[in-house]
Amino acid sequence: MLGWELPPHNSGGLGVACFHLSKAIASQGTSIDFVVPYSAKHEEIDFMRVHNATELSPLHKFGMGAYDSKFFVETVDKKSPGELRTIRDIQAQYGRFVEEFVEKNDFDAIHAHDWLTMEAGMRAKELTDKPLIVHVHATEFDRSGGDQGNPVVHEIEYQGLIMADRIIAVSAITKQIIVEKYGIPADKIEVVYNAIDTLSFDPNYEYDQRTYRYLEGLKAEGYTIVSAVTRLTIQKGLGNLVRAMAKAIEKYDRLVLLLAGDGEQRDELIRLAADLGISDKVFITGFVRGKQWRDSYNVSDVFVLSSVSEPFGLTALEAAHHDNALIITNQSGVGEVLHSIFRYDFWDTDRLADQLVGIATSPALKESLRNNVAKEYARISWQDVAKQCVDMYANFRPVEVYA
Amino acid sequence: MSKRGITLYMHVHQPYRVRDYSVFDTAINHNYFNTPDPASNQNNEKILNKVAEKSYRPMNALLEKLLHKHPEFKVSLSITGTFIDQAQAWAPDVLESFKRLVQTGQVEIVAETYYHSLAFFYSRKEFERQVEAHKAKIREIFGVETSVFRNTELSYNDELAQWADQYGFKGILAEGWDPVLGWRSPNFVYRPEGTENISLLLKNYKLSDDLAFRFSNRNWEEWPLTVDKYNSWMESSVNDQSLVNLFMDYETFGEHQWEDTGIFTFFEEFVDRWIQNPDNTFYTVSEAIEANQPVDTVSMPQTVTWADTERDLSAWLGNSMQHEAMRHLYALEEDILRSEDGDLISDWRKLQTSDHAYYMCTKYFTDGDVHAYFSPYSSPYDAFLYYINAIRDVRWRLHETHKTGGLSG
Repeated sequence: MLGWELPPHNSGGLGVACFHLSKAIASQGTSIDFVVPYSAKHEEIDFMRVHNATELSPLHKFGMGAYDSKFFVETVDKKSPGELRTIRDIQAQYGRFVEEFVEKNDFDAIHAHDWLTMEAGMRAKELTDKPLIVHVHATEFDRSGGDQGNPVVHEIEYQGLIMADRIIAVSAITKQIIVEKYGIPADKIEVVYNAIDTLSFDPNYEYDQRTYRYLEGLKAEGYTIVSAVTRLTIQKGLGNLVRAMAKAIEKYDRLVLLLAGDGEQRDELIRLAADLGISDKVFITGFVRGKQWRDSYNVSDVFVLSSVSEPFGLTALEAAHHDNALIITNQSGVGEVLHSIFRYDFWDTDRLADQLVGIATSPALKESLRNNVAKEYARISWQDVAKQCVDMYANFRPVEVYA
Repeated sequence: MSKRGITLYMHVHQPYRVRDYSVFDTAINHNYFNTPDPASNQNNEKILNKVAEKSYRPMNALLEKLLHKHPEFKVSLSITGTFIDQAQAWAPDVLESFKRLVQTGQVEIVAETYYHSLAFFYSRKEFERQVEAHKAKIREIFGVETSVFRNTELSYNDELAQWADQYGFKGILAEGWDPVLGWRSPNFVYRPEGTENISLLLKNYKLSDDLAFRFSNRNWEEWPLTVDKYNSWMESSVNDQSLVNLFMDYETFGEHQWEDTGIFTFFEEFVDRWIQNPDNTFYTVSEAIEANQPVDTVSMPQTVTWADTERDLSAWLGNSMQHEAMRHLYALEEDILRSEDGDLISDWRKLQTSDHAYYMCTKYFTDGDVHAYFSPYSSPYDAFLYYINAIRDVRWRLHETHKTGGLSG
C-alpha cells in the first residue's frame, strides 16, 4: 500500500483513513506493506509493516502537499541539502524506493492513495504487472475549491486514473468528478465510503464544561451553538456559512457560530462577520487539538459541513458521534451515507439559514435529527469498507490473497 | 506687539495592551492586560520600562535642564491617566521627574480623557466622567488645575469645541489642516464656530512633523535636518505672525526618533538658538491664548484628527471590526456603572483606550506602515479577536457577579 502519512504524523484525514482502512483489511487476513515518504517509528502499528522511503523527518515539513498542492514547493525544508527540496523531489525518491521494493518482494496488488503516490504506483505496476488500485480521497478539483487547480497535479491524477486497473472513490460525488472531469469510464470506479472508528477516541475523555465556558453560558440562556470544525480554507465554503448565520440571526438571534480551526481564510471570515454585524456571534478558536478539539464537538448543537467540494467529510461522522444534529452540503460525500440530516447546495445561504432557524427553534426537530443520525453513523464500519477492498483484491487473484 | 512664540505641546501616553486573550480564556481568566511572557510586545510593564529608558528619562532630564537654563522656555504636556497609573506602578522615578518639571512653573498640564478614549463619539456622559477623572488625577499628582483641553488623537469638531466652551475651558487644541483653514495660517489664535469664550490653537503640522515623523528619514530631501535650517524655517514661518504651535507625541524624543538620530542634541541646540533672538520666546498653551486675541472664526463640522494623510478617525473607526468592537464595548456602559464594581469598571475603561481600535486598523500603504510599527499584534485580525473575547469576558463578569444583563451582545 502506497500512502503519504499515518497518524500521528498526519496533517489531516488522509492519514486517518489509511490507518483505519489498513487495520481493518489486515484483520481480515491480508498482509500489508505500507510505504510512507518519511522516517519515523510507528510503534503502535503491529498489524502491518511500515516502510520509510526517505530519511526525512515526518510531515511537518511537507505534509500540506496532501491537502493543498499550491504549497508543494514552499513548505519543504530549504535547508536540507541535495535533491530533496520539493514535493516533486520527495515523490521521485519515494518512487525509487518503491521500484527497489517491488523488485525484491512478492505481493498481489498495489493500492495507491491520491496523486502523491500515483506515479510510484504506476511504476510498480509497470515493473511487476501486478494490478493497480488507485484510491481517490480527493482530487485536485476538490483541493482547489472547484477550480482547475495545479496542472501538474491534474496531469498526474489523469495518468494514474487511466493506468489504474480499478479505482476506489470515497463517494458518488467523487466518482462523478472522476468521470466528468477526467473522462474515466464509470464502470471502472467503485464507490467505497470511509467510516469512523469510535474505539480510537480516548476512552478516558470526559467533556469539560469549562473549555468553552462562555458558550455554555450562552446555551444556558437558550442559545443554539452551530459549529464547524475545520481548516479555514476556501474549499470549506465557510463564507457562505457566515452569511447564512447572519440571515438566520435576523430571524432568530439566539444563535452563535463556533469556528474551530485555523487557515488562510481566517482574516477574511473575521472581516466578513464584522461587515455583517455579527462579530459577537462568531467565535474563532485557532487551531485546536486534543481536549479542546473534542470539547468543540461537545459544546456544539448543530454541526455544519459547508464544503464547496468535499469527497467525504469524516468530521461529520465525528460530530454525529458527539451528538450533533448535522447539516451537510449536497457537494459533500458523507451526506450520501446519512439520512437523518439536512442538506443544501453550498451556495444556498437562504436554505441554510432556514434550516438553522428551524433546528434552533424546534427542540423536537433537533432531538430527532440528533438521535436518528446517531443510529445511522454507528452502522458505518471500517470492516465493511475493508471487505469491499479485499473483494476487489480477490477479483484479480481469485486463489490466494497475499497483498 | 507681544513676542513671537513657540507653543510646544507634547502628549504622554501608554495604553494597557490586551494580551493574546483567546476563546479559552473567556469566562475563565479575567486578566486581559498582564501577559506572563516577559518578552512579549503585549507586556505593558516591559514596554513602559523600555520607553522610559529611551525617552521619558533622558527627555525629562533635558527638559529640566533647559527649563532651569531659560526662564522663557515653556512646555505644555498632556499626560493620560493610564500613563500615570503605569508610571506609579512600574517607574515611579519617571513620575517624579514629571512632577519636577511642573514645579518649575514653566510647564502646563493639558486636560483630556483619563483613558485616552473615543468616548466623546459614543457617550457624552462617560466622556465627561473621564475628563473629570483626569482633572482629579492631575490635581492629586501635580497639584495643578487644567484649563486647556485636547481630545484623544487631537480629534476635534465644532460640537467638541462648543462642549469645551460650555464646560469652562479657555482653550482647545486641534490640527491645523489646510482643507479646513484654506488660505488662513495655523500661526494665529482662532475662535471655534458657535463659541463664546474659548480659543483654538492649531497645530503647525509641517514644522511639527518635520521633527515627529521626518527627522531621521534619510529619503527626505531635507535630511539631515540641522538647527540652522529648522530655525530659518521657524523664523520665516512666524515672520509677521504670532506663534508656531508644535504639537507632537512626547515619545518622538527617544522612542520614535532614537537617540542616535541626534534628536536630543538637535532639540537642545534649537531651544538655545530660538531664544537667542530677543524677539522670540516660548508660550505655554494658556500663555499663547492670553497673548493673542482670536483673529477669525474657524468651523470644523466634520471630525479632524492629527493622524494619517486623511486627518480623520479612519485609523480608529475606519473598518467594520473597529465599529463592532466599540459598539459592543459601549453597549455595556449602563450595566457596568450600575455594578459599582471598581475592578470591572476599571477594566472596561482600560478597554476604551483608543489604541485598541488603532491596532485593528487595516489601512495599508504609507499609513499602514506606521500602524504596523505601533502594533503589538501580528495582524489587525488578531487584535480584534483578542479584544472581542475580552469584551465577552467583561460581559460574563457582569452577568455572573452582578446578575445584570445577559451574555448576548
